[in-house]
Amino acid sequence: MEQELDARRILCPLPVIRTQDAVAKLSPGDVLRVIATDPGVVYDIPAWCKVHGHKVLAIEEGREEIRLTIEVGG
Amino acid sequence: MTQPRKAIALISGGLDSMLAARVMQEQGVQVEGINFFTGFCVEGHTHAIRAKDRARPKRNNALWVAEQLGIKLHIVDVIEEYKQVLLNPKHGYGANLNPCLDCKVFMVGKAKQWIEEHGFDFIITGEVIGQRPMSQRKSTMPVVARESGAEDLLLRPLCAKNLPETKPEREGWVERARLYDFSGRSRKPQMALAARFGFEDYAQPAGGCCFLTDANYAVKLNDLWQHRGSRDYELDDIMLLKVGRHLRPKPYFKLIIAREEGENRFLEGYRKQFTHLKTLSHSGPMVLIEGQAGAEDLELAARITARFSQGRDAEAVQVEINDNQGAPRTLEVRPLHNDDIPKAWYL
Repeated sequence: MEQELDARRILCPLPVIRTQDAVAKLSPGDVLRVIATDPGVVYDIPAWCKVHGHKVLAIEEGREEIRLTIEVGG
Repeated sequence: MTQPRKAIALISGGLDSMLAARVMQEQGVQVEGINFFTGFCVEGHTHAIRAKDRARPKRNNALWVAEQLGIKLHIVDVIEEYKQVLLNPKHGYGANLNPCLDCKVFMVGKAKQWIEEHGFDFIITGEVIGQRPMSQRKSTMPVVARESGAEDLLLRPLCAKNLPETKPEREGWVERARLYDFSGRSRKPQMALAARFGFEDYAQPAGGCCFLTDANYAVKLNDLWQHRGSRDYELDDIMLLKVGRHLRPKPYFKLIIAREEGENRFLEGYRKQFTHLKTLSHSGPMVLIEGQAGAEDLELAARITARFSQGRDAEAVQVEINDNQGAPRTLEVRPLHNDDIPKAWYL
């Protein structure tokens, strides 16, 4: 299953909290795509994924938006 | 072999809570971290907003601590619930608007609820007797334990030897002899323990994690309440108090003026919610108007906006005013002279 999370115009740690809440409803192997505008997500979401055993598949940093693709771990 | 006992650690991102969690890990306790986001946390926000801070790492210190310890960290949004703590603190405020003791009771109480829901055994904090003038005194330690409902499931590994035995000690889940007796404001014992664990590059401890301890922030928050006529707030209110210069020329409106590029971008995110001004003939800051400004007030706001633009010494500056109701209009104004902006307007 793939899901998208709009975390634009909110600042860290709120994008991390929203990611955490979204991942809690998914199953291992599911993919979550997060769209954010706070540059802090480039550090914080991968750090959160690391301690919880999820995998960051891609980080695309655009001029206005940052897109992270996360695979939910077991 | 028996299952290891499980503890939830309140992780602020500072050194003390990091050490407390590590001391428990050393005793074989399975530790996970919990961190509460009140909206007033310095963490993250300001670094993200201000361009000048962009050279610094934007790490979230609580997450960084969790990475160092190899523990899970649960970040909990308590923005709504926290209002009651701030607006009606049973134990009052510290030097500014910081309700430190009520805040600690609230957070330990939330942790108690969390351990019940998740099957954990006890709670740990990095509190040290005498470390903080309001919330970490010998007399407040039992207050936190009692009023949070955690009672003897609350263990403070860094000063446990100065306190009565808790259940984890009595039951042998942890060894009291291998806990600590830190007290007072000295940071030396913590530094020594950090060195023993090989911790370097930890966040500067003591105080700076909450805007409510900041005198300037407290002035702005009190001003907001006074002029709204009620002590309440939304997340956007408290976020905007962290950003820009705040000038209140009249009781019924104030200006929020970006100080640099990062704040400009941040305030632009609010332009649809607020009447906003921007200089056209010169480069200048994004300015939001909070409150109800009439035609004369808008002209004054335009002159103030011009004062903070590159055209401050020009004869005339064009300022665009957009109230989000129809097309924006342009005023040509003479920038207000510095001497004509009373100090009392600055919040």
